[in-house]
Order: sequence, then structure tokens, then C-alpha cells
Amino acid sequence: MSMYFTKDHEWISVEGSVGTVGITDYAQKALGDIVYAEVPEKGRKVTKGGDAAVVESVKAASEVYSPVSGTVTAGNDALAGQPALVNESPEGDGWFFKLELSNPAELEELMDRAAYDDYVAGLE
Amino acid sequence: MSDTSLLTTPLDSLHRSLGAKMVPFAGYAMPVQYPLGVLGEHLHTRKSAGLFDVSHMGQALLEGDNVAALLETLVPGDIQGLGLGRTRYSVFTNDQGGILDDLMISKLSDNQLFLVVNAACKDADFAHIQAKIGGKVTLTILADRALLALQGPKAAAVMAKLAPGAETQKFMSIADYPVAGIPCRVTRSGYTGEDGYEISVDAANAEKLAQALLAEDGVAPIGLGARDSLRLEAGLCLYGSDIDTTTTPVEANLSWIIGKRRREQGGFPGAEAILGQLSAGAPRLRVGIKPDGRAPARAHTEITDVDGTPLGEITSGGFGPSADGPVAMGYVPRGFAVPGMPVKLVVRGKALDAHVALLPFVPHSYYKG
Repeated sequence: MSMYFTKDHEWISVEGSVGTVGITDYAQKALGDIVYAEVPEKGRKVTKGGDAAVVESVKAASEVYSPVSGTVTAGNDALAGQPALVNESPEGDGWFFKLELSNPAELEELMDRAAYDDYVAGLE
Repeated sequence: MSDTSLLTTPLDSLHRSLGAKMVPFAGYAMPVQYPLGVLGEHLHTRKSAGLFDVSHMGQALLEGDNVAALLETLVPGDIQGLGLGRTRYSVFTNDQGGILDDLMISKLSDNQLFLVVNAACKDADFAHIQAKIGGKVTLTILADRALLALQGPKAAAVMAKLAPGAETQKFMSIADYPVAGIPCRVTRSGYTGEDGYEISVDAANAEKLAQALLAEDGVAPIGLGARDSLRLEAGLCLYGSDIDTTTTPVEANLSWIIGKRRREQGGFPGAEAILGQLSAGAPRLRVGIKPDGRAPARAHTEITDVDGTPLGEITSGGFGPSADGPVAMGYVPRGFAVPGMPVKLVVRGKALDAHVALLPFVPHSYYKG
């Protein structure tokens, strides 16, 4: 399993041709308490960098972009009742959706964890 | 992150030492939240006591013979009828009946009023006062004063310790007394729907006062993020969002601020339009809007009827931590301003179910002694 990161603070972990997408610990901290999350439905086609999900804190709403293109195979329904999972476990139970990658080569344009950590360090 | 063009309040270094996240607001660097976070700060204020720095707001003295009558030429409130030591909420109106700003007016003596206006409007407000009545009254801008708000069910007990007697100060009254030994001007008022105080203090003593309040059990510093969610749940207007020059006090559902005598006599800017709406009814009204689902509807979200015909828009909206769900306010045609009326909110292209709701979303808990 490999994990990749975007400059918009999404992560994607990939096993075979299926990826799981969420937002990073940095992102959940920046957003603050998550009070609402909207995940895409199974079957929805998403494109790299395109809107895929929504996450809202008390203060504001933010888009979650898909790190790569593909077809959604599942949304994390647990987030509807427990949006705080995104704060508690951003890289675990707080995942947003899974998708079947349509162009795995897009992963090459993403950062690995070390590169992402450097990127975040540069933002602070 | 630093922006040297931003003004700071006398509590700036305290905010930073408390770990606040500072953001630009109305030209000032202000704390939007502390490490507790917006949700925690909101809930803390509702169950205990929160300390807010609102020093960015404008404070001023207005003095002179007939000062109340003269200020009445700018606001629709009954200021001549304001009792000594009492505080009243009002608005500056323009000639069209629109709202230039909302403000608190307190009567210190027969010829002396204390005003508190919004930060973003203060320069314009003071220029407006000066231009309209400056020849007959003396306006003194109190730029060297800080303003702290202590809000929440434990506020009175905290004040009782630092200023014995403060616990029985009447709601919407003003008095000068020391708090923790520091000379202060205190109103029993606030912007959260909770019992509380707004404390004007010399800038040089502001940090000492804030430290004394924060040292008390149950007092936590609260940022602008929770200030906004608290006032939204309390159904209180935010100038620039819920009220502005395009909304009249009647449309904003603030008709209660127009004194009986003022309704009969007029004599304030926009009286013709405002009194006309009072008798004929305003075409639209500010109402509470409660989304039926969990998705918050933010400001500028379109409100439609159940068939999709546009009605108006959300002016403030978000998640209400105490309401435990999304809450909002907005304007709808008068015929739709009925609690329970179903409407739709267009959020990210989807029409979500909602209904018109009674304000406030969380009951006010003002001191009734």
C-alpha cells in the first residue's frame, strides 16, 4: 500500500487499482472542529483536482478535491453521523471515499509523505 | 505571519501568549479562536463564562445640552426616554430608511451619552455624527479605551468576586465601578444571548483586567469564531451581513427598537419609509431559517419556495453548536415569514429542505433581577 499527498492537503492510499481518499492531519487542524461532511455517491466519476466531497467546520465550508481521476466505489457513510471522525482519525476512520483509479499514472504527480511533510513545514 | 498594516488591540500580546489564531477583522488583528477551538469555546460560553476582546469596536462620548434629542435626529430609538444609567440598542438610519450601523447607547447623565459602535463602521459613524450634529454636541472618540465582554451563566458569579454588587446590576444598564480594583465602565449586556457584561477599561489597564478575569474559575478566552456562532444562535444581527443600508429596521425585524413616541413624531432619517412600512407592512422580513438536514447553509445561499421560485437569501448561516445542527437567518417575503413555513435552500446546486423558524434558536438567558 502506498500513500500519496496533494498540495490541497488530501491523501490517497492505493492498493491495486483502488484508492482511499481523505484529508490530512494538517488540513483537519486548520479547519478546526468538523461539523458536517458530504461524501460522493458510489458510481460518481471524479477527476483529478475536481470537487469530490465537502467538509465544513463551524466557521466555513471547504471542498475536498479528488487526488486522481476515477469512479467512486464507496463513500464513508459514518461521516454523516460522526463528522468529528475527520478530526479524530483523519488518515483512518475519517476517510471520505474510495475510488477505482482510471489513470494510475496520475499518482506520479503527487507527493510522498516526506515531500508532503516538507511542503507543510514550508507553509508554517 | 504578520501584517504591519493591521491595527492591534491592547490585548494583542495576551492573545498571542494564549495561543490564539489571529486573523484580520475590520482592520484589526483579532483572535478568531484559541487552542480550545470554535466549538469548544462556544459550548464553554453557554455553560460557564467566556471572555471576549471587543476592543476594536468604537467607543465615544456624546455630550451637550439636549444631547438625547439631538441623537434622536440620527436614530429611531426613544433616547429622550432612556433612564439615567440605562442602555439601549439602536441603529443609525439613512434617508432611505436603510441601516448605517447598529449601536449601543447608554445614558450617563442628562447631557452625556456613551456610544459603542461597530469596528468596521466607526470612522463613518463618527464622521456622520460630526457632520449632522457636531455643531451642537461634543463627540469624544475614546480611542484609548479597551472593551472586554464577559458572557455566560457564570459571568455574574465571577463579577461578584471581582466587583461585589455587580451581580445585581440590571440588564441593559451602565455603571462605573472598579473591577479587580481597576476603574471600569460596565454595561450588563452582550452579544451571545447569555447573561453577561461589557467592560470598558483604559487601554493601559486592559491586560491586567483580562488576566484578573481569566484567573477566575470557569473563565476561558473566546475568539471571534465562537462570538459569531453564539450571536447567530441568539438571533442577533451582524452588521454588514444581516443588516446594512439596503435593509430597514422594519425589514430586519427590529421594529421593537422604534420608540412609541418616535412612531408618532418621526424626526429620524428615513422616517417616511420606515413608518410607512410599520403601518403597511414591510415587503420582506428577516427570519430564522432552520435547515431540516445536517448541511449548513452559509451566507448568500439562495432561499426559494418549495417550487424553486427565488424568495431571498441567507444573510448569516452556519452550524450552531448548542442547537446541535445548522442554523441560519435570512430575508423572505412577508407572506413567508411564518414559523414552520417550508422553504428550500440551494446549497452547492442542490435544493435542501428547510423551514422558517422562530428566533432565537437558543433561548436568551438575560439577568431578570
